[in-house]
Amino acid sequence: MRLSPKLTQRIAWGFIWAAGISAVVILLLIVVYVIARGLPVFGSEFFFSEPKGGISGEGGISSVFVSTIWLIATTMVILIPLGIGAAIYLAEYAPDNWLTRLIRYGVELLAGVPSIVFGLFGFAIFVMALNFSYSILAGALTLACLLLPFLIRSAEEAMKVVPRSYREAALALGATKWQMTKSVVLPAAIPGIITGIILCVGGVVAESACLYVTMGGSAGMPTSFFDGGRSLAVHVFYLAMETNALDKALATGAVLIVLILIINLITRWLAWRFRARMEGKA
Amino acid sequence: MSRYFADRAAKRLVFILGVSAFLILVLIAVFIFREGVPAFQELGFSLFGTKWYPSRDAFGILTMLVGSVVVTLLALALAIPLALGCAIFLAEVAPSRIRQLTRPAVELLVGIPSVVYGLVGLVVLAPLIADISGQGSGSSVLAAGIVLAIMVLPTVTSISEESLRAVPPQYKEAALAMGATQWQTIRCVLLPTARSGIIAAVILGTGRAIGETMAMVMVIGNSPIFPDSIFSPARTLTGNIALEIGHATGTHESALFATGAVLFVLVMLINSIGLVVHRRMAR
Repeated sequence: MRLSPKLTQRIAWGFIWAAGISAVVILLLIVVYVIARGLPVFGSEFFFSEPKGGISGEGGISSVFVSTIWLIATTMVILIPLGIGAAIYLAEYAPDNWLTRLIRYGVELLAGVPSIVFGLFGFAIFVMALNFSYSILAGALTLACLLLPFLIRSAEEAMKVVPRSYREAALALGATKWQMTKSVVLPAAIPGIITGIILCVGGVVAESACLYVTMGGSAGMPTSFFDGGRSLAVHVFYLAMETNALDKALATGAVLIVLILIINLITRWLAWRFRARMEGKA
Repeated sequence: MSRYFADRAAKRLVFILGVSAFLILVLIAVFIFREGVPAFQELGFSLFGTKWYPSRDAFGILTMLVGSVVVTLLALALAIPLALGCAIFLAEVAPSRIRQLTRPAVELLVGIPSVVYGLVGLVVLAPLIADISGQGSGSSVLAAGIVLAIMVLPTVTSISEESLRAVPPQYKEAALAMGATQWQTIRCVLLPTARSGIIAAVILGTGRAIGETMAMVMVIGNSPIFPDSIFSPARTLTGNIALEIGHATGTHESALFATGAVLFVLVMLINSIGLVVHRRMAR
């Protein structure tokens, strides 16, 4: 039996609508479920006390939150100069030759390397060879390697949309290439670059596998970046696998979702401002 | 002449930073293979055997390779139809107001930490599967496949949508003008034209799926055995590394680096193919 085109059209449309809507429903279900189960745990005890360990998962997330902040700060100090420098090279300096193509290919491939492979690398080089032991520093260095291709890509993208005329005007005034880059291109591209940086902060918050094998996972309050620690995401894993405190795990997951939502909204707003600015002036 | 000096210095500096990403990739490969070689020297091809019992000095990676591949295939089987439907929905069907809601939702799905997916899988999905199968805790290939499918959905959807949008509108208009229904147009014109982009989307999604770690550890059960059904537990390459690297020494540690090397090669291969196909689409 052949189905008439009209009927197949109806069936196909039904399926396509169902697919589109179910994707949104799945997302909503996950987000709403985690927040709904986590919210009752929220409170001053949860936010302002340290995890006490043990099978029942007593305590809160204060030291874990502080570790996460340390991790974000350390990672960014390493990542930002590296990523922006590399992006400047690719956007402004790189000639069109085999070396540049190789570098770009490397960036693309690095972006696809699994987190746990970065973890293994970080474990071998930072934890063992350089003897930083399990520490926030080792975790941050590993994360900086992992996030580098993403920052390079978004910073380069931001510099590329700066109109040519800006550059020509600067050079025509006698600026050197570096003066042009520093005083004209970078300031114009800064909102786009900041968007990329904030996305990387989101990456630090969300990442877990490479930190699980480089940061040690001690739950205490860190006093320097040579201390071990665990980020919020790694804490979720420990709670879920090693304690009975699934509610605490869900509450920590809810904190993560809220953080990611905030980061998402900020980048959205910045990207919108950046576009308005580039279109307004160009 | 200091500004000329600054100009030259800056040029050198950004060049060094520019090659950093490539250097890191090379360093990763060097370190992981160097650490994995002793295991291969000691164990030979039994390193690719089927028994993984570290306490008895048996380090066969094949079991975990099978675990990773089975879970990834299951995830793709579940995710591809949904992702394709979703991509067509976003590119062709959805009214613009709904699209404005759906797209950020799909983007947000990418940003949610993988441990959250794993947690929901552990708390909601695993008990459900335990009820259905009547055995164990529900941590199984099936649970892992479903969680992984949800996690690769956004990647596959967004790249497929991008390639559907890249089809010149004249193609579509020509088909519609000849009296084809919208579905006939999509099936016979849009999908074939966007084919290479959709294939790239699936390949890149596969690369992500194979590399996923923590969510898999949380829902797959982690027994280093061949899964004999979708309700059986298994272990992935990624999970093998994460679970054991902290307390491994000697040959055991080296065998874990060898696991990482297998994973690295696998992902490099998959992603290289994906990138080539994706680039061909862009042209």
